[in-house]
Amino acid sequence: MYDLVKFVPLLPLLGFLFLGLLGNKIKNEKIIGSIGCGTVGIAFVLLFSMFWNFIQAPPESAVIVPIYNWITIDDFNIQIAYQVDQLSLLFGMIITGVGFLIHVYSIGYMHGDRSFFRFFSYLNLFIFMMLNLVLANNFLVTFLGWEGVGLCSYLLIGFWYDKKFQGTRLTWTGDAANKAFITNRVGDYGFLIGMFLVFITFGTLEYTSVNQAASNAYMSYYGSGIMTAITIMFFLGCTGKSAQLPLAIWLPDAMAGPTSVSALIHAATMVTSGIFLIARNSVLFALAPDTMTVVLVVGIITAFTAASVGLVQNDLKKVLAYSTVSQLGFMFAALGAGAFTAGVFHVMTHAFFKGLLFLAAGAIIHGMHDEQNIKKMGGLKSYMPKTYFTFLIATFAISGIPFFSGFFSKDEILWSVYANNGILPWAILAISALFTAFYMFRLLYLVFFGKERFNCEHGKPHEAPATMTIPLIILAFLSAFGGFLGIPDVLGSWASESPNLIHNYLSPIFADANRVLHSHAGHSSHSSILELGLMLVSVLLAVFGIYKAKQYYSDPAWTSPRKLVRNYNGIYRMLLSKYKLDEFYFAVVVDTLLNFSKNFLWKIFDVKGIDGVVNGTAKGTLAFADVARKIQSGIVQNYALLMTAGIVAILCIYIFI
Amino acid sequence: MINEFILALPLLLIAIGSILVLMLDAATRNKQIVYYTSILVLLGLGISAGYTLQFDVAIIAQADKTISANTIFYGGMSAVFDIIFAMGGLLTLFASREYLQRNYKEINECYSLVLLAVVGMVVIAHSNSLIMLFLGVELMSIVFYILTGFFRNREHALEAALKYFILGSFASGFLLYGIALIYGSTGSLILSDISQQIASGNYNSIYLSIGLGLMTVGLCFKVAAFPFHQWAPDVYYGSPTAISGFLCTSGKAAALVALVVVAKNVLSVETSNVNYLLESTTARNILAGISACTMIIGNLSALAQKNVKRMLAYSSVAHAGYILMGIVACSTEGFYAVAFYCAVYLFMQVGAFAIVGFIEFRDEGNMLISDYADLRTTHPALAAAMACFMLSLAGIPPFGGFFGKYFLFVAAIKSGYLWLTLIAVVASIISMYFYIGLILTMYFKNNENPINVGKMQGTKLTVALSIIGVILLGIMPNVFYGLFNFTF
Repeated sequence: MYDLVKFVPLLPLLGFLFLGLLGNKIKNEKIIGSIGCGTVGIAFVLLFSMFWNFIQAPPESAVIVPIYNWITIDDFNIQIAYQVDQLSLLFGMIITGVGFLIHVYSIGYMHGDRSFFRFFSYLNLFIFMMLNLVLANNFLVTFLGWEGVGLCSYLLIGFWYDKKFQGTRLTWTGDAANKAFITNRVGDYGFLIGMFLVFITFGTLEYTSVNQAASNAYMSYYGSGIMTAITIMFFLGCTGKSAQLPLAIWLPDAMAGPTSVSALIHAATMVTSGIFLIARNSVLFALAPDTMTVVLVVGIITAFTAASVGLVQNDLKKVLAYSTVSQLGFMFAALGAGAFTAGVFHVMTHAFFKGLLFLAAGAIIHGMHDEQNIKKMGGLKSYMPKTYFTFLIATFAISGIPFFSGFFSKDEILWSVYANNGILPWAILAISALFTAFYMFRLLYLVFFGKERFNCEHGKPHEAPATMTIPLIILAFLSAFGGFLGIPDVLGSWASESPNLIHNYLSPIFADANRVLHSHAGHSSHSSILELGLMLVSVLLAVFGIYKAKQYYSDPAWTSPRKLVRNYNGIYRMLLSKYKLDEFYFAVVVDTLLNFSKNFLWKIFDVKGIDGVVNGTAKGTLAFADVARKIQSGIVQNYALLMTAGIVAILCIYIFI
Repeated sequence: MINEFILALPLLLIAIGSILVLMLDAATRNKQIVYYTSILVLLGLGISAGYTLQFDVAIIAQADKTISANTIFYGGMSAVFDIIFAMGGLLTLFASREYLQRNYKEINECYSLVLLAVVGMVVIAHSNSLIMLFLGVELMSIVFYILTGFFRNREHALEAALKYFILGSFASGFLLYGIALIYGSTGSLILSDISQQIASGNYNSIYLSIGLGLMTVGLCFKVAAFPFHQWAPDVYYGSPTAISGFLCTSGKAAALVALVVVAKNVLSVETSNVNYLLESTTARNILAGISACTMIIGNLSALAQKNVKRMLAYSSVAHAGYILMGIVACSTEGFYAVAFYCAVYLFMQVGAFAIVGFIEFRDEGNMLISDYADLRTTHPALAAAMACFMLSLAGIPPFGGFFGKYFLFVAAIKSGYLWLTLIAVVASIISMYFYIGLILTMYFKNNENPINVGKMQGTKLTVALSIIGVILLGIMPNVFYGLFNFTF
């Protein structure tokens, strides 16, 4: 049965190859679209059937399905193999399920694009890479997928490469793609070093053996330097891929790509691979308490910072992008607090409601003829009723309104952060949640209510076609009810012994990690009254945020927000410029490197005369003359001088050391 | 007992073959015959080297080597490098023919010169004597001086050749002086004898240190490592593009195999002599410093380049730095990693240079990075191939460059050079900027008139073979590692 997992990544790969090679021969969008969707849809069905089998009769341990031997060198053996267990099935289903809906949506969204087939072939390639990332049974295959999704993200951000794009020192979408790729590479090398260290420490790269070895000898590994080093390096990788500080800067600019890409890659799936990596190696992280603290702190700071920036942005997709960064921060905070299940649960609900928000945003942008500025929208409710309705549900979910999906997952995070790390981290996250409710309802009011601030030169806004609205409705259903998979004990104890289905399902995965955590921290118990009380406080905060947003933005003149901007102009400007992080990176890293290279290494180390020749025929004879002159002025001597200096230095080291 | 002639087959074939091609060139005006004979000779080298690979190293060690007076090393690593050099020569020949025709410079000497250079490289890989090593290095270098100035009416080609010649002779002097001092220290030129002398403690340690230092200088010059790298960008830039790929891959591999030979016999002798251990550690640390500086400086310099050929030239300096890590590691694993990286580097760099040569317009037009804008629309296959080469050079899986780096890094870490690996990682991140930048230009930049050059079958063959190599080494590194069923 589980051998079927071989076909799961294979199908999207075949789709990619077929569409990539023959796509431009097929002119029919329907055929291309159905191939693109079909491969992902079948992959989902396969995963779901395996999942169904799995929960009927859970195997003792993870099922490993080998594909082929990649490298065998002495003791170094890397198999390409897939691992079927609770975690990989859950992530696989999120990826293919939400991915399928987004593929369907893209048929309508990309209708008429000149590179329709290219889009679908990239999307299929992305799904293939992402499945490799989560299904892998060792670090190297995950790394392959990790790099692969980065590449697809790069290709898809720059998909409309001839489009202008506004950003700090970025002028077109290709720049944004480049920024995303290079920022990610910094994190990727963290992953790479972490992987080397794992291999040196454990002598293998397979997840099961590494986790087994680590948890068997946890007494000696707990808090050791090597564990801290490994996990910090992996976490660096996570900050890149999952857009956490200090590498968060690429995600808002990644919105330059088509909106369905933002939904699939930059909200629902790829950016959660950092969470996956930590969840997969929960034992290693549990053994490194210092890293856990770092994860928690980074998560909380990111959640707060991004939420605060989201308060003032005026670009529809940018608000959602910062919201994604902030929600990812919530997930990392959960992981840092040791609540691995809560983090994974939030990945799932977030995939539903954030995917939905982005798709709805795409429908809005589509209907508004490529307008993204929310100050130029308003009153769209009557033009796009279905979009409005689904957007509303997603907004409730993300704001944490009781019994929508986001409520359950976010509340679990807040509670576990409080239970493990006290009141201060809880308070910061609760305030971030308040911000979330505020900026989401600000968005809702500015887009759908109030007077119409757009001009109709392109025609009236219109509702999206059915291929776009049906995925919206399905996701809305999931956003509304998906949370019931994870009812906290305190709310559901009257119905059953352990009402939290997702907890029950994932508990074998995190059993080892929890054992390590509890053996060292002890299990503190808190009263359920306190839990209910905190839950109430966070709901009240969300309601307060919603109330404020309504109060501010249902007033057509925006009197109070304008007054706030006037009174707190400094803060407003800081938020609007995103804490100047982009400028900081450009000034400190990019410019320094480029200047050093250009002005020192190139102009001084190298001969200026060569410069003329570089420009080739354009400068023609002039350059030749220049070179001739330079030869006579004795450049070779300069080279020889440096050589001699090197020789002397080397001999001195030999003789005197 | 194996006949020594059978073991020496690769050497004999390439040496006799190259002279034959030279004579054919004089005897006939038919360029085709010379071209195809050269290809045959290189194929012969590759096949015969593959044939000698089947012999076990222990059996070869017992073979009677009176004909060569034990100055030649057979089989094992040297045969693997023979195959790499044969491949390098073939790829270069395929790429250079049409390139030279387009530049109105198809002179047969080019082919025989490439073959002669390969002879030099093969001699280096097979040397068991410092004199053989020196002969090989010189044979190769002198051919390279000529190849660099092949476009003799282009001034900067001449300038590059002259610079290369002057500085190269300077470096050869140091190499020879180093050899002399090592001879003075141990009383032998045969490498296996030298390591025995060291193991038994019969050597002069000061002469050995200085000799090693001078040899390091000479060979680092040939590898183009900091601070002896400055000739490299000029030379790689000034040479005909199809030849540049040859110089900076096969040429570099040959210099590295010389370092491997020296490191294997002189630096990693098993002995408990504290003085010797101290000396060899110093030598390795110096190499580590050179390696670190080389990769940082090479990548930083490449960052500022606007010309693709110059960018590749500087990046080639950086790659020399990476490969040196394997020699710093000074372990069997490290030497394997060197061989692996040389093979991968051959494919990706020759492939990239072949594309640059393909796109180059007569008199060196179309060489700026901005000229490559929107190459995707006019030459989709070439753009995709170039993207693969760039990704591989940057070390991204599933391309061979990733495993090349992986093996080098692991070897360095295992030998206790974690700091060097960290520097290499930083250098790789820097290099992403220009490798990805080129892909960005080809794929995402608009161009009113993207360049469109005609068809070139031979070059396409080079590119296709290189792509296959890069991908094969990436997804099945075992195929190559299977060749290492020997312990030197």
